[in-house]
This record gives sequence, structure tokens and C-alpha cells, in this order.
Amino acid sequence: MRNPTPALRAIAAFFWLISLACAAHASDLASALKGLDTSKFPEKEKAIAAIVASGDPRVADILTALGDGKLLIRKSDRRVVIGDGDGQSKISDAATGEDLGQISEGEFDKIAINNKIRRQIKAIIGSLTLFAADPITRLKAAEEIFRSRDQAAFEPLQEALGKESDAAVRRAMEQALAGLILTSDAADKERIAAIETVKSKGGQDATALLAEIAHGEDRVAQAAREALAWLERSRVWWDALQNAVYGLSLGSVLLLAAIGLAITFGVMGVINMAHGEMVMIGAYVTFIVQEIIRNSAPGLFDYSLLIALPLAFFLTGTVGVGIERSVIRFLYGRPLETLLATWGLSLILQQAVRSIFGPTNREVGTPSWMSGSFQIGEISLTVNRIVIILFALAVFLCLLLAMRYTRFGLQMRAVTQNREMAGAMGINTARIDALTFGLGSGIAGIAGVALSQIDNVSPNLGQSYIIDSFMVVVFGGVGNLWGTLVAAMTLGIANKFLEPLAGAVLGKILVLIFIILFIQKRPRGLFALRGRAVEA
Amino acid sequence: MAFTTEIRKRVLATAMLGAMVLGGSAAQAQEETIKVGILHSLSGTMAISETTLKDVMLMLIEEQNKKGGLLGKKLEAVVVDPASNWPLFAEKARDLLAKDKVAAVFGCWTSVSRKSVLPVFEELNGLLFYPVQYEGEESSKNVFYTGAAPNQQAIPAVDYLMSEEGGGVKRWVLAGTDYVYPRTTNKILEAYLKANGVAAEDIMINYTPFGHSDWQTIVSDIKKFGSAGKKTAVVSTINGDANVPFYKELGNQGVKAEDIPVVAFSVGEEELAGLDTAPLIGHLAAWNYFQSVDDPINAQFIKDWKTFIKDEKRVTNDPMEAHVIGFNMWVEAVKKAGTTDPDAVGDAIIGVSVPNLSGGTSTMMPNHHITKPVLIGEIQADGQFQTVWQTSGTVVGDEWSDYLEGSKDLISDWRKPMSCGNFNVVTGKCGGQGS
Repeated sequence: MRNPTPALRAIAAFFWLISLACAAHASDLASALKGLDTSKFPEKEKAIAAIVASGDPRVADILTALGDGKLLIRKSDRRVVIGDGDGQSKISDAATGEDLGQISEGEFDKIAINNKIRRQIKAIIGSLTLFAADPITRLKAAEEIFRSRDQAAFEPLQEALGKESDAAVRRAMEQALAGLILTSDAADKERIAAIETVKSKGGQDATALLAEIAHGEDRVAQAAREALAWLERSRVWWDALQNAVYGLSLGSVLLLAAIGLAITFGVMGVINMAHGEMVMIGAYVTFIVQEIIRNSAPGLFDYSLLIALPLAFFLTGTVGVGIERSVIRFLYGRPLETLLATWGLSLILQQAVRSIFGPTNREVGTPSWMSGSFQIGEISLTVNRIVIILFALAVFLCLLLAMRYTRFGLQMRAVTQNREMAGAMGINTARIDALTFGLGSGIAGIAGVALSQIDNVSPNLGQSYIIDSFMVVVFGGVGNLWGTLVAAMTLGIANKFLEPLAGAVLGKILVLIFIILFIQKRPRGLFALRGRAVEA
Repeated sequence: MAFTTEIRKRVLATAMLGAMVLGGSAAQAQEETIKVGILHSLSGTMAISETTLKDVMLMLIEEQNKKGGLLGKKLEAVVVDPASNWPLFAEKARDLLAKDKVAAVFGCWTSVSRKSVLPVFEELNGLLFYPVQYEGEESSKNVFYTGAAPNQQAIPAVDYLMSEEGGGVKRWVLAGTDYVYPRTTNKILEAYLKANGVAAEDIMINYTPFGHSDWQTIVSDIKKFGSAGKKTAVVSTINGDANVPFYKELGNQGVKAEDIPVVAFSVGEEELAGLDTAPLIGHLAAWNYFQSVDDPINAQFIKDWKTFIKDEKRVTNDPMEAHVIGFNMWVEAVKKAGTTDPDAVGDAIIGVSVPNLSGGTSTMMPNHHITKPVLIGEIQADGQFQTVWQTSGTVVGDEWSDYLEGSKDLISDWRKPMSCGNFNVVTGKCGGQGS
């Protein structure tokens, strides 16, 4: 018998390999999972492809677990398991779903992934969850396909589109399909039609896709350029709106920081350099409340800020009353001494907090209802910023009403306008002074609760706000709450419109120059108080 | 405003000076010790980072004393507080060298503080071990740079992101705090990227003031820049307090690491400790050490540190490792020289190798920089980093960048007979620029 030629031998080997590959396809998930037990990321990518190729219904669960860092390898037998959280963990077999009981930290290795694998997983899960029962999952799947542009999702997407009944999901699927057509080698006509659909989607993902194909001279590229130009034009307005919203947000932060000072400095005329430290104490109260909740009642975490608010108000208010009674009341009418004394206080408070809590940042978590962002047209608004805008306005309104309609507010205004006369009418002016200072400090404290959501909770927290606070109060007009509101918002919006043009550093300098010039022209700020109180 | 901060600093400085005098007189009462100066801010804005380094130095000195000290004498730590005030750093350094007569100083964090003390160390011939990653472009006879030079951190990070595995990034945002380290690093990176074929319109450079807390505009600009159809990454040299609001804003605006990864050079385990890191998983940092490095020496160090600081939750970070390496190198060099004389120690330390905490050894090179491995890590949900890439061996710190016009011809070699920090290989002369 003649020996087979090398060519024949090669063909035979090829078929043998193919049959092996088919066997691997059909074989159980378990062997594919074994491939994840490696430290090399390219090999993990291959293993993931093999897992998907197995076609097992558990693939989506396994990959979701991998993406969430819950896919583990049990050290004792190198079995791939799915855990349910950190540390002490209940595990189940990844391939079969069989319950394997508890496992403790140190008994497993987490399967590490990198960003490339994360993208791979997202794209796969996108096409796997197109048929999920929950319309929101389907919507997310369609959006994920639009972003990943995974051509393998084309047929499942078409099929899903045929079955889809929800209008919003249908739209998202059509857009995703258009995105796939656009990046495929379909006919020009189809692709140009797809550009229209992608254009109607708008947003950054659509811009990215169009920008990618806008190179070249053919008709498709031209159409893409036109669509881009159209999106660009509509974006000018969105940009302006976005800057305005960002400005309001920055303004509300300034307002929160300054509003307490508007009382102590604005109404009482006390230059309180320790104001920033009141804000800091408020932030630390939030931290303590959250620590206690984390350790004893984790279910209450979403309410931690609401619990912290009154506590921060009363604690900083009490500290404020204490400061007024022990230091400031001896220094009324001596602004320079007050400045130095409160300064010393601010250093003492800072160092005290540093000694108790350490110099490092403390973690203050964000409740779930304050996390994330939502999209309005082309701009994305983050929930925590919106909450802070509303909160700042609410605090402002409450303060305004309290000053206007409560007995304490009336007495406070009486004392600041004419101390002797108020005293003659039977008002205990010393008590009112202490309470007013306490009110200003308390409001700084609740500002601290809000600011803990967007800034560092460290002993230096207050320092960064004290200058801005004085700026706002002086610019708005000392002694006028409305002035504080208008000044905070004006400075916030001006800053945000300057920032894209001049950069953050120059933008801030320009705002400061503007204020210096403004104060030269109108030394009493935007809304100057008139009358005897001012002259005194 | 400037007025207020100035007074604040004065007050602080006076208070510290008082404390110093008291501390100094107490120290003089003891005899026959080798004094080690610790020059880290314990108050002010930099206290957040530097206090930890003071603590780790105290721990190292305590451990060395348990081992019997050095040259038969006990080591004694002299701690001063320059209060995050740059001119005060120079004053304190002078006190340490002239009054306390310390054998070596471990200290400084920001480049500006190092620049401020540099003339003092050169004038009084002291030894400074500087533990923080920095912008390079310097080599002093009196300074040992145990942190990373740009080629030990920034350039490998960019290489990783450009690679297939790192995502094949084509478009770059260089975001930094407005001071010397980010500006120089970004200058080097820009030159490096352009040399690698990145077009000028694909590089966006953005600077923000210290302590910047409102990142809305910049994060949305980054998103916009990233939607030009090319894979985009952010290289962050944002320093200190500004990082927490930056990462919070990234998380809130939904900038995912899969889409636009951020690689940071100034964010370590300590900075992440104040953050909820769940939304940041996958963002990167480049360092020469991570607490998560799986190595017995590191495990022992972490255990010792937690015991010393009496806090199970405290983390370790890269500059701490740099101090460990620097301190051990100094100890070895003193043993080798048999004296603490700065010149003898300076000669002896070149070539000294000590184990680093990531399972290898680091060597002091003739340019006063050390060899280190480069690690790229991803932020994890528990606030730690997980190494996703690392250099196969160690990398020699390159003090004069090869990518900048003024410095590419310069080298430094402190061995005799050259003994020069800025030798120009083209002209064959020592000097010209730098220190």
C-alpha cells in the first residue's frame, strides 16, 4: 500500500482537528470553564468564547457573575463557582448551578478580568439578553449592542426586533440595527438610510459612530458628515443649557456653603473664620451616622443623610452657641480681634478632627437614591447634583420664612437693626445673639451633610469653602439673604460659562477679577441694605 | 484671600517652631544615637498623604532598633512638621541638618517642597531620600530618588493603553493639577505620544487648580472628546484632594472604564480609602507597588504596619514602599561605609541592592534613582488594586527624559570621577542646566 501523500495527511489532520473542535463545541460547559483558570488575559478571552460557543443556557448567568467579580475558583479542587458577595460567601457550581454551601475568604481566588474582557462580556450579554422578559433589560441589551457594534448580534437582533412589542425598545433595537448596518459592508443605500436612524438617536454614542465612518469621499461618508454637522448645530444649544445647569449646581453648592455665613457675617456682622469648620463638622456627623448604620442597621443606609441632617444641625448649632458664648460675645464691635479669634478656633477644630479621625479622607457613601444620572436630550444630569440644587433652595426658603414669620426671626431682625431699642422692648439680646450664631452654624452643619456627597470628608474640607463663602456674601450684599442667593447663582453660572472657554484655572481668576472690580464700583454688593443698621 | 492664608501659615509656623524648640532640647539630652530626620507635613493640605509616611518611618526606625540599631548605636527619629508650607520646608531642613545634625533625612512629597529644600541639602551636604513619583529632570548629589521617574510610571502606562490588551487607545486626555509635576509629565507624555504617531488633535490637555471640586464641565468635556469614534483614555496627574470629587463625578456621569479608562499616577490605596469604589472598577493606576501584590515580604510588611498603627483598616501604598527601600538602602550603605558621613554613605550607596516589596530587588543606580518594576492595576470594589500588567523585570529610573529637547542629551552619574548630575553627552561637558 502506498503511503498517503503529505497533502492527504494534512487534510486528514485538518478534519481531525475540526472534529475535535466540534466536540469541544458540543461538550459540556465545564471544560470551557476550566480555561478561565489562568493568569493570562488573552487565554481568558478564548475561554469566554468557548463558554459562549457551548450554547448552554447558563452562559448569561456565568458571564454576568464574571463581570461582577463573583466568579471564583475554589482553591481545594480548582472548581469554577459563582459566589454571592464578598468575604464569607455562598457558592454554587458555575457549570451546573449545584449548591456547594459556604466558603470563606482565603479559600477561593477571584477570576480577574480587564477592561477588554469587560467589553467582550458586555457585548455578549447584550445579545444574550435581547429576549429577556423585562423590557428594561431588553432596552439595555439593544443599547449595549449599539455601543459594542458586535456584528455577531445582527441576526439575533433582527429576530428580536420581529418579536418586540414595546415601542421604546423597538426604537432602540432599530437604532442598534442601523448601527450594525452602518459598520458592516452593506450597500451604500442601506447605510445612508441607517445614518438617518442613527442621527435620530443623537447623543455621544451616535456622534462617535458617525465620526468613525465620516472619513473618505464616498457618499456614505458625506452623508455621515452632514448628519454630524446637524448634530453639532443642535448641540450648541444643549451645551449652553448644560452649562446653565452646571452653573446652577455650582451655585447651589456656593449657596449652601455661604448661607450660614450670610447669617453670622451678613446679619450679625461677625467675621467668622471658623465657618468652614462648621461645614466640616457637619460632614463628619454624616460619616459617623453612616458608620453606625453600616455596623448596626445596614437596611437604614438609604436614610442615613436624612438622619444626619437634624443631628448635624443640632451639633454644629450647639458648637456655634458655645463659640458665641465663650469667645465672640466678648469681641462684638472688634472685627479684627474676632477674625483672629475665630481663625484660631478654626485651626483648633481642624487639628482636633485630625487627631480624632486621622488626616486621611473618610468614606461617606451615597445612598442609592442619589446615585447615577439621567439623560435629558443631549445632557446628562447627575442625581446627586440635582438633589443638592433642590436641597439648597429648600434650605434657603426655610431660612427666609423663619426670618420673616417666626417670633425668633422677628427678634433676630430687631436685634440686628437696633440693639438698644430691641433690648428696651424686652428682648433678651444676648440670648438672641447666641441663638442667631447657633442658627448660622447649624445651617453650615447641614450644608456639610450635603457637601459630604460631592467632596472629600477630610479635616481640610472647610478651608476650601471659606473663601468662596465670603466672596458670595460680600458680592451679594452683606445682610441680605436674597443677595446671597443671586450672588451664588451668578458666580456659579459665570464660572461654568467661562470654564469651557478659558479653562478651570483662568476661569476662576477671571471671576475673582470681576468681583474685585465690582466691589470697587459697589462696595456694598449687589443688594445693599440701606438705613441706620448699615451706618452703625 | 492671599492675606488670610498667609496669616494662617504664619500662625501655624510660629506654633510649630515653638514645638520644635521644645522637641529639640529634649532630643539633646540623649547621647550616642544616630539621628534620622523625618520631614513630612503633619498639618495642612498635604498632611493627608504625608502623615502616613512619617508613621512608616517611625516603624522602620523602631524595627531597626529592635535589630540592634546601626553601627552599635540606636537610631533616633527627629520629626518636624513643615505644615504643607514650602518655604517652611527649607527652614525645617536647615534645622534638621544644622541644629539636630541628622545623618539622613527622609521627606518631602510635592516637587515644590523638594525644590525648596534642595539648596539647603546641597549647601549643608545632607542626604535626602525622596519617596514620591515625580517628573524627573533633576539629579542632585544630595538627593536619592526612591519614587518613580516618568519612565517608571507614566510611559509604561501609556504603552499599556496603546497595546492590544490595554484597548488600543488612539485618543488621549491628559488631565492634571496645575503645578510642576503634571505639567512636566504631560510635556514628556505629549512628546512621547507624538513620537508614536498620535496626531495633535487627538490629545487634549487640561489643567485644574489644587483642590478643584467641581468637575462637571471637565468630565462632560472628556465624554465629548471620547465620542470622536476613536478609543479614548484619560491620563490623570490630578493630585491630592481633587481626586475624590473627580472620581465621584466620573462615577455619577457614568464614565465606565470599558469605554474611557482613566489611568492615574497619583491615586493609591490611601486616596481610594475615602471613596466608594464600586462605580470605579476597572479604572487604572500605574505604580511600582500595590498592597495587593502577592508576596511573603509584602504580607509581613502589611502585618507589621497594621500592628504598628493599631488599625486593621489602614492600607499601604507606593510611597511607603519607596521609604522602606530607601531606608534599607541607607542602612546597608552606612554598614558598608562604617560611618554616617554623607560623602562616604553617598559613595557606598551606589550599587546597593535591597529587596523591594513586590518580590524583586531594587538597586541604587549611579544617577541616584533606583530600579523598580512597573505595575498597572485596576481599581477593585474593595478599594484595592489588582495587577493587570507588569514589566517582566525592573526598570532603571531615567532622570533626564529622552523625549524632551533640553534634556535628552543629558545623563547623570555620581560615581567618581564623573560626579555630575547633568553631563551632556554631545558636548562632553558637565553642567549647562538642571542642578
